[in-house]
Amino acid sequence: MKIDSITKLDKWRKEILTKQKTIKTKVLICLGPGCLAGGSDLILKEFQTLLKKKKIKDISVESVKKTGCHGFCARGPLVIIEPLGIFYSKVKKMHVKDIIEKTLQKGEIIEKLLYKDPNTEKIYKEWRKIPFYARQQKIALRNVGQIDPDEITDYIANGGYAALAKILKSMKPDDVIEQVSKSGLRGRGGAGFSTGRKWATCAKAEENPHYVLCNGDEGDPGAFMDRCIMEGDPHTVLEGMIICAYAVGSQEGYIYVREEYPLAVVNLQKAIDDARKYGLLGDNILGTDLCFDLKISKGGGAFVCGESSALMRSVAGEIGEPRAKYVRSVLKGLHDKPTVLNNVETFANIPVIIEKGADWFSAIGTKKSTGTKAFSLAGKIKNTGLIEVPMGIKLKEIIYDIGGGINDNREFKAVQTGGPSGGCLPADKLDLEVDFDTLADNGSMMGSGGMVVMDDRTCMVDVSRYFLNFLVEESCGKCVPCREGLFQLHKLNEKICEGKGTEDDLKLMENLSETIISGSLCGLGQSGPNPFLSTIMYFRDEYEAHVNKQECPGGVCKNLITYRINDDCNGCMACLSVCAAGAIKGKKKEQHIIDEVKCDRCGACFAVCNINAIDII
Amino acid sequence: MIIDSNKIQKVIDDSPQDKKQLIMILQNIQQEFHYLPKESIGLVSEYLGMPQSTVYSAATFYKSFSLVPRGENIIKVCKGTACHIKGADLIIDQLDAGIGIKPGQTTKDMKYTIEVVNCVGACAMAPVMIVNDKYFGEVKCNRATKLAKTG
Repeated sequence: MKIDSITKLDKWRKEILTKQKTIKTKVLICLGPGCLAGGSDLILKEFQTLLKKKKIKDISVESVKKTGCHGFCARGPLVIIEPLGIFYSKVKKMHVKDIIEKTLQKGEIIEKLLYKDPNTEKIYKEWRKIPFYARQQKIALRNVGQIDPDEITDYIANGGYAALAKILKSMKPDDVIEQVSKSGLRGRGGAGFSTGRKWATCAKAEENPHYVLCNGDEGDPGAFMDRCIMEGDPHTVLEGMIICAYAVGSQEGYIYVREEYPLAVVNLQKAIDDARKYGLLGDNILGTDLCFDLKISKGGGAFVCGESSALMRSVAGEIGEPRAKYVRSVLKGLHDKPTVLNNVETFANIPVIIEKGADWFSAIGTKKSTGTKAFSLAGKIKNTGLIEVPMGIKLKEIIYDIGGGINDNREFKAVQTGGPSGGCLPADKLDLEVDFDTLADNGSMMGSGGMVVMDDRTCMVDVSRYFLNFLVEESCGKCVPCREGLFQLHKLNEKICEGKGTEDDLKLMENLSETIISGSLCGLGQSGPNPFLSTIMYFRDEYEAHVNKQECPGGVCKNLITYRINDDCNGCMACLSVCAAGAIKGKKKEQHIIDEVKCDRCGACFAVCNINAIDII
Repeated sequence: MIIDSNKIQKVIDDSPQDKKQLIMILQNIQQEFHYLPKESIGLVSEYLGMPQSTVYSAATFYKSFSLVPRGENIIKVCKGTACHIKGADLIIDQLDAGIGIKPGQTTKDMKYTIEVVNCVGACAMAPVMIVNDKYFGEVKCNRATKLAKTG
């Protein structure tokens, strides 16, 4: 069935809504990456099998829906029963029968599956009231976790493609660009460039054709927002891109997806096929003159391909080396033609901006950073997961109110934002408002939205070494200061981790950082030393402890620590069985000892000991 | 390992003969054979009419391509930031002890290959390990070897 007019789309939406109204209760099963790791695919199957056999009023197999990431990964696998919003967490396959018989059949709540806030002991029945969700505001993620990503009808029922219909009916391309500019939307991929300005430049460019690209190469370690959008609500990305194509006069687009995200590729492809089938992509979209088609381009696992010019080369089938941008990629982009390249989350915001208007959007957030931002909350924090918050929210609110604070009630040390190009912010920066400029002014950056929380058992010198190692591997090698400079910086950092560094090494590292920044072509090199610079700016005392006292305050750097078993040991033998070096001796129910000569400080014993009987000295 | 070059040619012939599709063609070959057999570089270069050096440079630039055969079971250990601070190295150490290979290596019987990936985007469940596309979250290091062997 081709939807070849806006009237038909409206009619179709009404039909879908009428049909969906007959399904009164919905059981949503999260198949996001976190829940999937906990076996939520098995839970979905179990629901389907059991409901096929059982006859319950108003409930059928159709009531069960798989969704993308619902957000609260730490409590996964999640099962949510709408419209009441009953939130069951840590669900296992064996609970499914109970949920069907008690909750679906009799309306009883199973208390042990509800969420209990570990800080206040309060039990929550409805997910919207849980502090983790209550503080959030979802725009880009509005459908993620709510709809079945495979069903175009779900997207349309939730208002999908209405923004597209609106622009085709009543807006000129210039009006669209004006709305996007007025909304103040800035690129969500990291640099924060004005989306409206980018579109306007491309639209005005005389050369043809114009291309629309979507950057789904979410390579920052510690970030998974774009993955969840592509997997959980692929049509919103498509709609955003089609609107952009209309605004800038493009007929051809590509979504560049990293190859580590196979499910995103599958879901996007399904969305593209469906959109084409119904006439929402291809020639004469919704019966108008708009013609635009999309293809997926799969990346090859190179971090540098997240950089605009490298990405465009990779889409063209070449190796992803960035070029010097004397002429910006919006004018000379893919195949040297004018190209708009936006991030997944940026495109996901577009349909909402068009529908609700620029003024509505710009009222959210701060003056210079409007709207909301999605973050992936990870690391040593209680409520890990996917969140979306208004810009201008304080770091503290994200970490303590939404994130629930630090694991095991340990002390907060730092929060890393912006991936390898970003930085680490210490405890006295927790009052900072999260927006593009504030974070950059404080030595970090917004980046794509990874937020990794670290506690007092993290060594900041090791964190810097980790990122430098990552960047050494990922540098494309084109610029010597980046290729060789980062390599030497990493070597010096390693020397400090081994306790062999000197004060002079620290000075040398700072000097070298300057050279790398000024001598590199692209963002990877120019921001490469950031992990070192931000950690030495805020945690110089840790570097000095390594250099002057040969101590690692975080208890991480192998050369500078010793493991010892204390008197609390009950002889459970867990550490002994995991020790690959054979350094632990002891009998069952007797205190064990570690042979410090044999011990290679891998830390496995410490990780498996449940009763804190191993000290790091 | 001997791979019939006719089989490689078939995969190539099924792909569009377009220089822009170089990476996609290499991906298709890798999907079929789990690595890029030596012959494939020459065959792709002939098919697309580009120098072998260009094909080779793409095959070595992108991390997802392997020029050596990989094992039957691919074990990926995530080393994203969250996994790193939550003990990804412990998992790598335990796999080394349990299976006897380091990241990037394959066991002699071609049963297992261990790879380290930079981030698989499941950070909330760190540390993460993937055994033949199945994700395991919050992996305790003492369970790593068992998970790798039994999936």
